[in-house]
Amino acid sequence: MAHYSNSLYERLEEETGVKTGFVRTGSLCLAQNQDRLLSLKRLASRLKILGVSCSLLKPREVLNLHPMVNVHDLVGALFLPGDAVVSPPDLTLALATAATAHGVQILEHTSVTQVLVEKGHVTAVETDRGTVECDYFVNCAGQWAYELGQSSEVKVSVPLHGCEHFYLLTKPLSEPLPPETPVVMDLDGRIYARAWNGGILSGGFEKNPKPIFTEGRNQLQIHTLQEDWDHCEPMLSALLRRMPSLEEAELQQLVNCPESFSPDGRCLLGESPVAGGYYTLAGMNSSGLSLAGGASRFLAEWISFGYPSANVWPLDIKRFGSLQSSRTFLRHRVMEILPLLYELKVPRWDFQTGRQLRTSPLYDRLDAQGARWMEKHGFERAKYFVPLGKDLLALDQSKTFYKPDWFDIVGAEVKCCKEAVCVIDMSSFTKFEISSSGDQALRFLQRLCANDLDVPVGHIVHTGMLNERGGYENDCSVVRLSKNSFFIISPTDQQVHCWSWMKKHMPKDPQIHLEDVSWKYTALNLIGPRAMDVLAELSYVSMTPDHFPSLFCKEMSVGYANGIRVMSMTHTGEPGFMLYIPIEYALHVYNEVMSVGQKYGIRNAGYYALRSLRIEKFLAFWGQDLDPYTTPLECGRETRVKFDKEGGFLGREALLRQRERGVSRRLVMMVLEEHDPDHDPWPWWGEPILRGGDLVGATTSSAFCFSLQRHLCLGFVTGGLLAGSPTPVTPDFLSRGDFQLEVSGQLFPAKARLYPFTSLPVQQRPRQAPLEITGLHGK
Amino acid sequence: MIMAASSQVFKLIHGRRFGHILVPALTCQHCSQTPPPIFNPTLSHTFNQRWQLQSRGYRASPSWQTYYLTPPQVNSILKANEYSFKVPEFDGKNLSSVMGFDSNQLPANAPIEDRRSAATCLQSRGMLYGVFDGHAGCACAQALSERLFYYIAVSLLPQETLIELENAVESGRPLHPILQWHKHPNDYFSKEASRLYFSSLRTYWQELLDLSVPGEQPDVSEALVSAFKRLDNDISLEAQVGDPNAYLHYWVLRVAFSGATSCVAHVDGNELHVANTGDGRAVLGVQEPDGSFSALTLTNDHNAQNESEVERVRSEHPSSEAKTVVKQDRLLGLLMPFRAFGDVKFKWSIELQRRVLESGPDQLHENEHAKFIPPNYHTPPYLTAEPEVTKHRLRPQDRFLVLGSDGLWETLHRQEVVRIVGEHLTGVHQQQPIHVGGFKVTLGQMQGLLQERKARVSSTFEDLNSATHLIRHAVGNNEFGTVDHERLSKMLSLPEELARMYRDDITIIIVQFNPHVIGGQ
Repeated sequence: MAHYSNSLYERLEEETGVKTGFVRTGSLCLAQNQDRLLSLKRLASRLKILGVSCSLLKPREVLNLHPMVNVHDLVGALFLPGDAVVSPPDLTLALATAATAHGVQILEHTSVTQVLVEKGHVTAVETDRGTVECDYFVNCAGQWAYELGQSSEVKVSVPLHGCEHFYLLTKPLSEPLPPETPVVMDLDGRIYARAWNGGILSGGFEKNPKPIFTEGRNQLQIHTLQEDWDHCEPMLSALLRRMPSLEEAELQQLVNCPESFSPDGRCLLGESPVAGGYYTLAGMNSSGLSLAGGASRFLAEWISFGYPSANVWPLDIKRFGSLQSSRTFLRHRVMEILPLLYELKVPRWDFQTGRQLRTSPLYDRLDAQGARWMEKHGFERAKYFVPLGKDLLALDQSKTFYKPDWFDIVGAEVKCCKEAVCVIDMSSFTKFEISSSGDQALRFLQRLCANDLDVPVGHIVHTGMLNERGGYENDCSVVRLSKNSFFIISPTDQQVHCWSWMKKHMPKDPQIHLEDVSWKYTALNLIGPRAMDVLAELSYVSMTPDHFPSLFCKEMSVGYANGIRVMSMTHTGEPGFMLYIPIEYALHVYNEVMSVGQKYGIRNAGYYALRSLRIEKFLAFWGQDLDPYTTPLECGRETRVKFDKEGGFLGREALLRQRERGVSRRLVMMVLEEHDPDHDPWPWWGEPILRGGDLVGATTSSAFCFSLQRHLCLGFVTGGLLAGSPTPVTPDFLSRGDFQLEVSGQLFPAKARLYPFTSLPVQQRPRQAPLEITGLHGK
Repeated sequence: MIMAASSQVFKLIHGRRFGHILVPALTCQHCSQTPPPIFNPTLSHTFNQRWQLQSRGYRASPSWQTYYLTPPQVNSILKANEYSFKVPEFDGKNLSSVMGFDSNQLPANAPIEDRRSAATCLQSRGMLYGVFDGHAGCACAQALSERLFYYIAVSLLPQETLIELENAVESGRPLHPILQWHKHPNDYFSKEASRLYFSSLRTYWQELLDLSVPGEQPDVSEALVSAFKRLDNDISLEAQVGDPNAYLHYWVLRVAFSGATSCVAHVDGNELHVANTGDGRAVLGVQEPDGSFSALTLTNDHNAQNESEVERVRSEHPSSEAKTVVKQDRLLGLLMPFRAFGDVKFKWSIELQRRVLESGPDQLHENEHAKFIPPNYHTPPYLTAEPEVTKHRLRPQDRFLVLGSDGLWETLHRQEVVRIVGEHLTGVHQQQPIHVGGFKVTLGQMQGLLQERKARVSSTFEDLNSATHLIRHAVGNNEFGTVDHERLSKMLSLPEELARMYRDDITIIIVQFNPHVIGGQ
């Protein structure tokens, strides 16, 4: 996105004749320690995938680019030559000029009082100077986007919150820096600095930010915000440490300019799930200027074509719901987000604020058993269970790019899943129920889903919900509860997105009833070969595959509780069952399962174990591996697509076309070779995949496979271009290729696979050879 | 019920003393129910200590058992008795000349013999602060902390209010409260004696009623002197008359035979009065135009270091006693303060002392100390409770008033006290945000300024209460005038019986004035 902004701004001056202050300065990210350097190397890898040029520098080389930087405490730096600076007010003027030239009318000094919505669609904007009718409305009110969202007829949740942001300006230096001096980002010092009017402009993202405007409407106050020098002392000290010669520079001003931040540090883009035609572009997390051009282009495409030209799910406003709308939540969360901008970004980092919002009824029980938690869409999920008497590192110390401290714990959980039985609380999943009097629900789902849902009652169907381009809007499991009612299980973060996707395509038929029942059921996943023994003992029903085939759902009693939906699937590829338990029975069923399971060696497991299991079985997850730009054909799921089912389905034509042309992008499993998990940096996601030295793709998720004692990564590779048209990815392409994975700047050989391992070796921990001590003792 | 319970405890303690067992230090809360008897061997030990300990210095002794305290432990000891009061704001503005006060106590005696009081007068105007330093037990200081402010408040009432008060009591109507106390939970009032105290107070206001002139506002200085003298007189009388209740009888004797100095400040608008009896001190912190603080002492110590006081004592007795009345810098060679409440051993005739002791409870007869008569005791009274009253008109530069018992002033010079408090108060309250407007400032200068401010905040951050901060300095200061944690830790971990050798009880009240209101008047 920033890349497009960059080229847009470069053209703009020429196009409009308005000066934008565009200077291609480049930027320098400095590393004061090895961990930071590693994160810069990861960044370099990511930029490589995006096609942005960059280079890693030694400290000494920094001096050639920027004479003022103190390099004595640096270990390295990353230089991005393409980065540029512009002057925001000039740029805005230039953009406005260009827009006006194309017929856009801009009304200044006009305030919006209300956005009118009729039948779920925007109709008009009411301002203090009259009403403007419209089909589309874009809320890009920055700081005030939250309030503007609240002031429409149907409240639109725009979860963002302001924080004070300070930067200082100096008077021109005695020896001014040339304007093309690179922007310096000293991430460890939490500051940035650039040349400005012969002097320096420097700001930072401090550890203890000051949230502002929690109570709302304060538009007038923005002009009277106080400078807070004491607050900026750490940043000033960091600046003077980085550029000692600035001590003599004369101060001009300390500017307090609030910025708005979103709950996960990514901007908020896209159509509101509650009001059609109501688009938002806000919560830019202090990088508004650099992202504005690209984000606006996506938005324009979205409005014109119905979808943007690339996967924007990480930015889609639908990843949040009204549950992230609490001002208290936002206030606390942005205090974590702002420092995070310059924080070391380590794998598997969890937010510490705004937690314990949604919890399973078993939360306390699991917590008491040592659960460590992560959060998804406000829901607490156990990562792993720390055994009694074992201590993990403190939060700060556990940040690592290498082998994490929970390695053995998760290993034990995985082993238990494979050899005995484990319980994972998976209540966070989004659950919908859809029913109708006639076959409307079936017909609707048949249209929406690629797989055939006209199956006997009790069967479970894994299916994608595809868009017109054949890409996954959702990847879900659908259970046919009865002839005309279905139970849909989707990933946790699909709660808002899937709901709006289904609502959007649902026929206007009062007979179809769609309900979000996520909160009604607690989901327990019993994984492992002994799961059937546990359940059989609790229900007096035989649970062997003969009696309970795979992908089958039955309502039955477990313990004293009746009406438990038992499904023979596990989301991991291991044998086992999912239990969907009405909330009030949750504790009972859990207790029963645990006490009966004791003799089968039952234990709790967390999501890290689940991920390791599902990745070794080559199961891709929506949101991590799959996105609206990935088709079933690209991830080897043709079997889940029924091209010839009656009436077709959404995305069928696109898939047919793709099948004809051949699949040029393919989900593969990479098996990392010659990688020492104890000493080499771990893969995470976003690592470049090289074939014969050429970039062919990137990973999307990774896990350590305990059975193979290797790292496995899922990722996509493309076949490359041949005479202008993309070539299909063939098994030959994969088997012949000489693949490598770049993990934090280090290359590791890897094997690419299209299919999961058919048989995995039984887990064996490599034993360390006992020390040769006999020789030492002599006689 | 209470009586029964207390007499039981009493017997227990009574029985113990023959075995010369040190009565374990009863905490102050305990005291409120069952004050420990003072006429026992423990008492005479402390009594003598107070009177005869000649050289009280701060020697470093290698002999004591050292156990170091962690900073949080030190803090919990220092903060155990801290108390803060902010005068409530009205409509966002504080209209009072007083912003509030901080107070704190650090015991050296077990139990502590210092007392403190703070109250707002509800029927007249003004706030009262008092520091009372007891000796030979805490009974007298305790009585002062409960009673003196009532005597002062009543003396300040105009005739009309006194009539109302008397009528209300007469007809059994509820009284309008006279004082609003600002008490730390450890500051207690004795329940048993309250009836006795009240009847004495009522007698006093009845007499005031007879003497007062309608429509005339009593003069504060006169009221203070009158209240001091009257209370001391009442203490003496109550002990002579006794009480049919054996416990109360014993209690009033304890009050009268112990002693206490008293330093009381009365603030009404920008009128400040300080009444002092003994060696407590009130020092005003004055902010100079350059921002530094200087000390203005509002009291004179009543001890041998004050020549006019020595002169006064000598002049009140025949010249034949000139050498004995002040001996070894002590009154009759025994008592350090030259003015005090209680201490009837220095006020009553020998016959009266004998008569009262003989008619008193049995416990007194067996006590050697009670029968002890000071040497060269020819022309009593040798001691008075009459205060010296200082009147001061507050100016905007008068920022705060420090009232302290001698335990504070012995360890820190008053100039140092004022500097520490002043910097603490400005550090906490007056760290104004910096504005850069029109000044030429380099980044380096700005950084220096900010770091200095940060250091100041972090050092004062520990103590929100300025009295606590002052105690920290008083106990922990090293030769460079900064707090030395090791020293602080050693001083606070002294065993009970040694603590008194190295320091005295310290009691501090710091009243902060509101310069905006004072300047406006």
